[in-house]
Amino acid sequence: MPVKRIDKTPMPQRDAGVRAHDFLEVNEGYDLQRAMFEAERCLRCQDAVCVDGCPVRIPIPEFIHAIAAGDMTEASSILRGANPLPAICGRVCPQESQCELLCHMNNRFTSAAIGHLERFVADWERDQPNNEGARQPWRDEKIAVIGSGPAGLVCAGQMVGMGYPVTVYEALHAPGGVLRYGIPEFRLPNDVLDWEIDVLKRRGVEIVTNVIVGKTIALDDLLNNMGFAAVFIGTGAGLPKFLGIPGENLNGVFSANEFLTRINLMRAYDFPNADTPMKVGKRVAVIGAGNTAMDTVRSALRMGAEKGLIVYRRSETEMTARIEEHHHAIEEGVEFHWLTNPLEVLGNNEGWVTGLKCQVMELGEPDDSGRARPVPVAGTEFVIPVDNVVLSIGTTPNPLLLKSTTGLETDRWGCLVADEESGRTTRAKIYAGGDVVTGAATVILAAGAGKNAAEAIHRDLAEARGEESPAAIAVVGAPSAP
Amino acid sequence: MARIISKRVLTPVTKLFIVEAPLIAAAAQPGQFVIARVREGGERIPLTIADYGRDRGEITIVVQEVGVTTRLLGALDEGDDILDVVGPLGAEPEITPGGHVVGVGGGFGAAALLCLMRDLSERGEQTTAIIGARQKDLLILTDELSAVCGHLELCTDDGSAGLKGFVTERLQQLIDGAGVADGIGPPDRVLAIGPMPMMRAVAETTRAAGIETLASMDPLMIDGTGMCGGCRVTVGNEVKFACVDGPFFDAHQVDFDEAVRRNKMYADLESQAAEMQAPECQASAGAS
Ligand SMILES: Cc1cc2nc3c(=O)[nH]c(=O)nc-3n(C[C@H](O)[C@H](O)[C@H](O)COP(=O)(O)OP(=O)(O)OC[C@H]3O[C@@H](n4cnc5c(N)ncnc54)[C@H](O)[C@@H]3O)c2cc1C
Ligand code: SF4
Ligand code: FES
Repeated sequence: MPVKRIDKTPMPQRDAGVRAHDFLEVNEGYDLQRAMFEAERCLRCQDAVCVDGCPVRIPIPEFIHAIAAGDMTEASSILRGANPLPAICGRVCPQESQCELLCHMNNRFTSAAIGHLERFVADWERDQPNNEGARQPWRDEKIAVIGSGPAGLVCAGQMVGMGYPVTVYEALHAPGGVLRYGIPEFRLPNDVLDWEIDVLKRRGVEIVTNVIVGKTIALDDLLNNMGFAAVFIGTGAGLPKFLGIPGENLNGVFSANEFLTRINLMRAYDFPNADTPMKVGKRVAVIGAGNTAMDTVRSALRMGAEKGLIVYRRSETEMTARIEEHHHAIEEGVEFHWLTNPLEVLGNNEGWVTGLKCQVMELGEPDDSGRARPVPVAGTEFVIPVDNVVLSIGTTPNPLLLKSTTGLETDRWGCLVADEESGRTTRAKIYAGGDVVTGAATVILAAGAGKNAAEAIHRDLAEARGEESPAAIAVVGAPSAP
Repeated sequence: MARIISKRVLTPVTKLFIVEAPLIAAAAQPGQFVIARVREGGERIPLTIADYGRDRGEITIVVQEVGVTTRLLGALDEGDDILDVVGPLGAEPEITPGGHVVGVGGGFGAAALLCLMRDLSERGEQTTAIIGARQKDLLILTDELSAVCGHLELCTDDGSAGLKGFVTERLQQLIDGAGVADGIGPPDRVLAIGPMPMMRAVAETTRAAGIETLASMDPLMIDGTGMCGGCRVTVGNEVKFACVDGPFFDAHQVDFDEAVRRNKMYADLESQAAEMQAPECQASAGAS
């Protein structure tokens, strides 16, 4: 029977004063006792609305019930059946606006800690011995996946699960997409990512790094000369936006992508043991208030900055970061400058940043996005003295592949046009999903899109093979080959 | 991983490698580059594709040892693997067809001119290369270049080969018609590849005469795909990403002050890292 307790079982976390100076994970994770304690709170509702909030429809009450019953093997198989990246999603999903938002317990208590429980089960699974070997693909049609972010990885995992040989092409030297180069280790340790990728490799996914499709190989070559039957594009939204204000090219101004890539992918925090340098001054201003901005400002503290500032032209209400990251940032001493619009980056004679000239804003009528439009307040210009400015104002799909491939349609934001349900693009045999289609969104939406596209590819190929009703769609992790 | 097929020591600090990279060789165009990484934890550095053999599946890169990574790379030998090589990156230079193209190369820039000049010559353009170095034995690839250009002009600081003086002096002479007697007309287009001060000097030399001039910009890069924006250069008030929009830009429009300043962003840290390298590397660095 569910046990009434008002509050979520707290997530054990490392002391803010200590963790703000290293890149080790902030959250320590539940132990079995805490997990069962929390699992007992779930009401096991008949109409499990939480499931509606989950983009990949994890059978949430079922896996939580299995935890409460102490059956971790069952919990893990339920979870992995629906979400191929549980250890990652349990850490980075915005649960407060998805599953946990809809949870019935919100009526009187706080919601069940679905994300923390998901993470616990996935971490438990990670500690189990795994002897699963690669199965030989039993189908002939080769599948190419472009990009190894969550969309590509999940699509690849689903396809090998259904018996197809799959090759993933990744532009960088290491797979993972934003999970590798963007999200810092204090939120998502590389071990966790490596483990998830290893699971896929053991299942037979081949990952080829250092290949930029559209440069190294043309997309049409994959289909016409290299024998691939279908291609999934999961190239993300990696192109950083700049503001176009004066001083943006001064030394010490970065895009968040550059700042985070130097630290995460290139390990600049370990310079000179790692070769990529990074210069973080005493005061770092980060412009923007999404997950990327929080990750950037907290990374700045960990790189030795004494002061980390968030500068955002809207108010706290419009902030798009996960609530937990916002809380952690406050605990770590990040300063928030809401309703503050950057006008110019100021520099010294040598061309290094010295300050950020800003202006106070107030909220006006709702704009296109439905959020209150920030409007400048006259005569309120002021200068914040800073040593670095990092722009975290959004990204758009990288046009490199799309420009070099004919027949693919893009919308006015540069996003690839693809059917939401199936990932089918305007060209046969080419599917797409994740940020390249939606613009910068979330890990779980990208993962879900990869999963949906895999099912559509399988269905379309089965039809081409002349199968009346395609074989039931096997799920990644399904026990054995037919 | 890319296997080194052969290595040639061009000068004590300049090494030429022929590298097995069939996909890159098949796709490469003149003027493009690769990004390489030589060890775990290593940085990513751009290197010009000096030449490529599609049928052999090989590319040629020329490395001038100036920092930690180039020194590690320079120490590799035939049969060794380069950890990561990705490309081809960037775009071919857009040179208006018809006319005399003069390629100006300083230091390892001479290597970058090789396949560009060959390609232009094969397309029927009139070509001249001017390459310069401090002294004769630091000039590289002279035989190869003279085989693919209409004319090859040498300049050395000490006069040990060709003209005693800078490449820009020879360029100015050609502009003034001094080469006509030798069958080298004034340049219609100029391509500058080499150290930033040289490219800037070339731009200043051709500006007054209004000669179309492209410079091959080499800012600090990470991904090479347009993802970080670290490689941005200002060209006529517009911000460009050198890795995808370049590396060739109108030399008269490039903000060289900014480019020089941005390239020095980590100079102090880089020399700190170089000092930590083994002493034998220091010895070869001293020779540069
Ligand atoms: C710093 C940061 C923090 C974030 N935090 C969160 C969070 O807490 N929660 C959350 O849900 N979401 C978060 N997001 C968003 C989330 O990471 C993305 O929505 C998600 O990663 C998108 O996945 P994707 O597979 O579509 O693309 P990506 O993860 O962007 O992966 C695309 C991959 O394709 C490769 N590629 C691109 N072009 C080519 C090509 N031509 N050839 C070969 N390879 C190519 C890229 O190198 C990259 O590896 C964050 C994003 C950032 C930047
Ligand atoms: S995947 Fe995300 S939305 Fe779905 S249950 Fe897990 S945390 Fe909630
Ligand atoms: S090197 Fe990163 S955008 Fe050019």
